[in-house]
Amino acid sequence: MKKDIILAGVGGQGVLSISALIGLAAMKAGLFLKQAEVHGMSQRGGEVHSHLRLADVPIASDLIPDGKADLILSVEPMEGLRYLPMLSAEGWLVTNTQPFVNIPNYPELDLILQEITRVPHHLAFNAEEMAKEAGSTRAVNTVMLGASIPFLNIAYEKFEEAITDFFQSKGTEIIDMNLAALGKGSDFARKGRGW
Amino acid sequence: MEQLVLLGDEAIAQGAIDAGVTGIYAYPGTPSTEIKEYAERSREAREGKINVCWCANEKTAMETALGVSYAGKRGMVSMKHVGLNVAADPFVNSAITGANGGLLVVSADDPSMHSSQNEQDSRYYGKLAMIPILEPGNQQEAYDMAHECFALSERLHVPVLLRITTRLAHSRAVVRRRKEILEQNPLTLPENPMQFILLPLSARKRYRELLVKQERIAREAEGSPFNNWIDGSDRSLGIVAAGIAYNYLIENYQDGKCPHPVVKIGHYPMPVRLMEDLYQSCDTILVLEDGYPFIEELLRGYLNRGKRIMGRLDGTIPRDGELNPAKVAKALGLPVHDGIPVPGLIVSRPPSLCKGCPHISSYNALNEAMTSYSKGRVLSDIGCYSLGALSPYRAIDSVVEMGSSITMAKGVADAGLIPSVAVIGDSTFIHSGITGLIDLVNSSSPVTVVILDNQTTAMTGGQPSMTSRIENIVEGVGVEKEHIRVVNPLPKNHEENVKIFREELAYHGVSVIIPRRECIQTATRKLKQARNKTKAGEETS
Ligand code: SF4
Repeated sequence: MKKDIILAGVGGQGVLSISALIGLAAMKAGLFLKQAEVHGMSQRGGEVHSHLRLADVPIASDLIPDGKADLILSVEPMEGLRYLPMLSAEGWLVTNTQPFVNIPNYPELDLILQEITRVPHHLAFNAEEMAKEAGSTRAVNTVMLGASIPFLNIAYEKFEEAITDFFQSKGTEIIDMNLAALGKGSDFARKGRGW
Repeated sequence: MEQLVLLGDEAIAQGAIDAGVTGIYAYPGTPSTEIKEYAERSREAREGKINVCWCANEKTAMETALGVSYAGKRGMVSMKHVGLNVAADPFVNSAITGANGGLLVVSADDPSMHSSQNEQDSRYYGKLAMIPILEPGNQQEAYDMAHECFALSERLHVPVLLRITTRLAHSRAVVRRRKEILEQNPLTLPENPMQFILLPLSARKRYRELLVKQERIAREAEGSPFNNWIDGSDRSLGIVAAGIAYNYLIENYQDGKCPHPVVKIGHYPMPVRLMEDLYQSCDTILVLEDGYPFIEELLRGYLNRGKRIMGRLDGTIPRDGELNPAKVAKALGLPVHDGIPVPGLIVSRPPSLCKGCPHISSYNALNEAMTSYSKGRVLSDIGCYSLGALSPYRAIDSVVEMGSSITMAKGVADAGLIPSVAVIGDSTFIHSGITGLIDLVNSSSPVTVVILDNQTTAMTGGQPSMTSRIENIVEGVGVEKEHIRVVNPLPKNHEENVKIFREELAYHGVSVIIPRRECIQTATRKLKQARNKTKAGEETS
């Protein structure tokens, strides 16, 4: 088993925390992992991405080779498209449709959404809406995390455990809300993928 | 055995701690910052068993670590690659004094300039100082090497340079920690009381000793567990892969087995015998290394008369930028998988100043005050505020290296563009702006220095800044009190601030304006922490 995931978003959106949570779940499932992050200047509202590699055998490169990613998980619609050269022919683009506009020349959203539909395997949805349903728009990243689950071959419980560990210090209310967000993202993606 | 998921940076810190380090010193800089930050969170640091400090700059950090070594204990200093330029004086001379306790210098290179102004390769510094260089290929090696470097330094009585690159520094993987944690060294002064006295008379002697030591330094590298021959039957090509480049190589083979013989390098100077074997037994040599063509250049030699050597110099691999699996695949003649091209409508999203950042108000005031003068006279520096070079601000005309704003502004004024302006942050001012300000004062240069005081080192994640007494320092070095103006960079103070900028620009002498307001990021973080604390208090009470 090998899963190569690109996580995409804008500095400050918490891309690294999604990556950390998948990593935590993968560890609990006994997998090898490598997780290359971007720190430094681009975290100031610039484009950020993280390479996350999971496998049941040792992993060589910290970077995913071009055209080999199984999944691009993007918290922002334009950012996901930026890494399409990384995606394999069978790979999926799973993306939030809510734009993060902090540049004057942000393209028209409709055109971006059209581009997304051109990707052979894609799943685009309003994660903010789902997060709100789960209790707070702040759970957007957890919805996205949930949406990655059907693509990863890791038991759902491992993600629940990861969420519980990760938000331990924040109290049961926050944990429950995030578990709800996780379920929403996961259910949606499972249906979207046709399972 | 304890297993930890660590960044390469963190693995280095853990390795040093487990090797009984006594002091870890650093100046924050991407991609090295997390070394010190991790060490600081360790139990050993919290219990006060080791000293872990941010220093004013890389030079003071390097010198402090050298002091620890002088006293017989193990010392480590970490910095980003350009920081080693700042620390170059003590670094090179520490090879002449030699180490007493183990001395480890960690320099984190940034090929592709993810967060830097150049992609210089620290291995050249190691060669210049004539000391061993270690270069890990993965997180486990980062841990093991940091650990081993101290013993190596003590065996050879020289400092050791550990070189990493951004990719490894900021990538996480499982690291197995050693069972046995070493005790710290006892306090012992150097056996030879002249060792650290580099008067010409003794320095000549020390230098000759360093030259004699070269053979032992080479022998250590020759037998190092970090230099390996990995056999392959197809000798049409022999490969040299240094550090992380080895991972990209084997990533390209399904079973992780490269058909060509490979010399994997992790410890320099290069192991001559292994290189010789590879050169003799293969038709062509491919060199894979992240950074400059350091090995490749040495292998080719000046005249390049031998076998074909492929790498960055002959264009097999692009001359700049970090390596990746695809670049290596191309070099090997293997197919590269192209995904879907980036759609044409995607625009780049450069980093920018945060909403509500104090620098925004400072730049707005400065820009307005500068409208009375011709363009091209604002010299700036390294920090978040470097982003003021981009639109919509376009407020600054130079960003070169730490501290250069003030001294370049003096040069610009000396050349005849009066007034000139320097824009520098509080941390950068402490790092290496003060000496420049002294130069200004000594020559009464018509320069206005703007010290953006956001009370933190924001660029690298909000490390505490070194002082809260900027105006005392400024006054202490001789700037006239009436030309030291502290302002509050808030949008509502705009008119007033523009007026103050105008007044000081008109003054024909040294003036300093200190816009002071805390970085929004650290201020919000503190607020959150305070809120969590009161919440926790309520819950427990
Ligand atoms: S981190 Fe602080 S100093 Fe840097 S841009 Fe943001 S608010 Fe400004």
